[in-house]
Amino acid sequence: MILSVSDLDFRYGGHQVLGNVDFRLEGGELLAILGPNGVGKTTLLKCINAIHAPSSGAVLVEDRNVLRMRPHEIALTIGYVAQRSDSARLTVFDAVLMGRKPHVKWKVADHDLKIVDSAIRHLHMEHLALRYIDQLSGGELQKVAIARAMVQEPRLLLLDEPTSSLDLKSQVDILNMLRHIITEHHLGAIMTMHDLNTALRYADKVLFLKNGRIHSTGPACQVTPEVVEEVYGLPVDIHNVSGRLMVVPAA
Amino acid sequence: MHFADGQVPEEYRRYVGRKAALIGVSAVALVLCLMAAISLGAAGLPLSAVAKSLAGLDVPRRVDAIVWNIRLPQALAAIMAGAALSVSGAAMQSILRNPLGSPFTLGISHAAAFGAALSVMTLGGGVMASSQGDAVNITDPWLTTAVAFAFSLAAAGVIIGVSRLRGATPEVMVLTGVALGALFTAGTMFLQYFADDVQLAAMVFWTFGDTARASWAEVGIISAATVLCSAYFIANSWNYNAIDAGDETAKGLGVRVERVRMVGMLLASLLTAFVIAFLGIIGFVGLVVPHMVRRVIGSDHRFLIPASLLLGGLLLLLSDTVARLILAPHVLPVSVLTAFMGAPVFIYLIIRGQKR
Repeated sequence: MILSVSDLDFRYGGHQVLGNVDFRLEGGELLAILGPNGVGKTTLLKCINAIHAPSSGAVLVEDRNVLRMRPHEIALTIGYVAQRSDSARLTVFDAVLMGRKPHVKWKVADHDLKIVDSAIRHLHMEHLALRYIDQLSGGELQKVAIARAMVQEPRLLLLDEPTSSLDLKSQVDILNMLRHIITEHHLGAIMTMHDLNTALRYADKVLFLKNGRIHSTGPACQVTPEVVEEVYGLPVDIHNVSGRLMVVPAA
Repeated sequence: MHFADGQVPEEYRRYVGRKAALIGVSAVALVLCLMAAISLGAAGLPLSAVAKSLAGLDVPRRVDAIVWNIRLPQALAAIMAGAALSVSGAAMQSILRNPLGSPFTLGISHAAAFGAALSVMTLGGGVMASSQGDAVNITDPWLTTAVAFAFSLAAAGVIIGVSRLRGATPEVMVLTGVALGALFTAGTMFLQYFADDVQLAAMVFWTFGDTARASWAEVGIISAATVLCSAYFIANSWNYNAIDAGDETAKGLGVRVERVRMVGMLLASLLTAFVIAFLGIIGFVGLVVPHMVRRVIGSDHRFLIPASLLLGGLLLLLSDTVARLILAPHVLPVSVLTAFMGAPVFIYLIIRGQKR
């Protein structure tokens, strides 16, 4: 098992944001966290990699308690792709190289440069390697953020709405690429999403949050219209189109 | 994860090599300009005589006296002050993720000016002594320096204290700094209103940044602070790169963002306080030089910080030399020249930046 989250609570200013969150994730699995705006999806990701300190509960990655690790150790275990990444005047190669920070003691070694080169090739960005990242499109920038998390060589990837601001082709490119990385490297991965159809197509499992608590969780292929209506307050139909589930608002 | 198929791209090696070469060229240019700056002045000295004197070889006593007692301390003060202000500006701009980050936009220089005015007005402290003949000279410059330094640190302390209360975000730091700047400016104006004409002259003279105030003791203190703080900033280059990518990304890479921000802010303020307290206010170097360097070498702090250090030193040395010569036999305080040069250069950089 890659990840085990047990009885996680998070309070902010006296207000309970997350309560009794409890789930598991195996290697090679992609979990989509779904739910309405403000329900605590991003907060849950930040609690898993200890950017926020949970009020109680435990987060174990391969049986090691993340909440007792130093930030440096967490970065060696968990790769985090934030919702927004700023674009300083760095080249793509240097921006990805930053992901080696947790591994580099004092000086960047050839080994680190080779890993960065390999990750850039994996994402088919070799032609962009020396371009400044403030000259990239949104999709290319997102690939850089994912490559940066990959070169951390983590066991778990956390992605906060990785496709929210991208056009359709970029969304499909990035999600196919993520699916490939997760399977090839047998990683655990969690992404927060708003698009139910994309989640059902790419995720192995889904977890619905409602009012900061888990409403339901299970295989993506078993999502029912009743669950979606209870979580979002909107009646939907779920159709099977050529073996793929499609969620559409009920007529 | 396994990445077995990677190579070290030759193109990237060349790219990094070019940046390292630029830093090397700047270092060589700085040494050459130092020699030229020492040789130029009211009493011209041949470069060969300067080189011999610096190497400890036999030269006329007059040459040694000019080089070692007057021009070398002033030139080194200019280099160290330029380097210190520039590297502090680069660090602050990164820590605060704000292109206007500099000791002057954060109220630290205003606090120093207030401290100096208070010393002159109430503690009987005097105006700095200066090696320039037409400078105002009054007793006890160390008292003024000490009070200016204390107020600079107090301003930094307030910024850091508020940040601890409200979270070390760039917004909290910048807004606190702006508020402090306004407060200390009002305090200085209040003191100036009630000062007599001698005190007023002393207060105003203190605010002119002037490298000629530095003796070997001041050069030694500023140099030690510059070397130590710069070493810290260089050691944290990766952290600043990560913070540039956003606080959350940086935290995901294992950076203790709040701590890096607090310590960086404290050291940048401390370094600035040393320069301002000893030499007065020298504007625009801390703001403009990091922006100039960014355009040439990019935002990678592994190169930006050393390059800012060298170019800041070089720019202030050149400005100081021009300020000594341009109206000879009168000598302009270098801060007048940096302000005249800095503003147009900054506007030029803004226009260039928008066209890109």
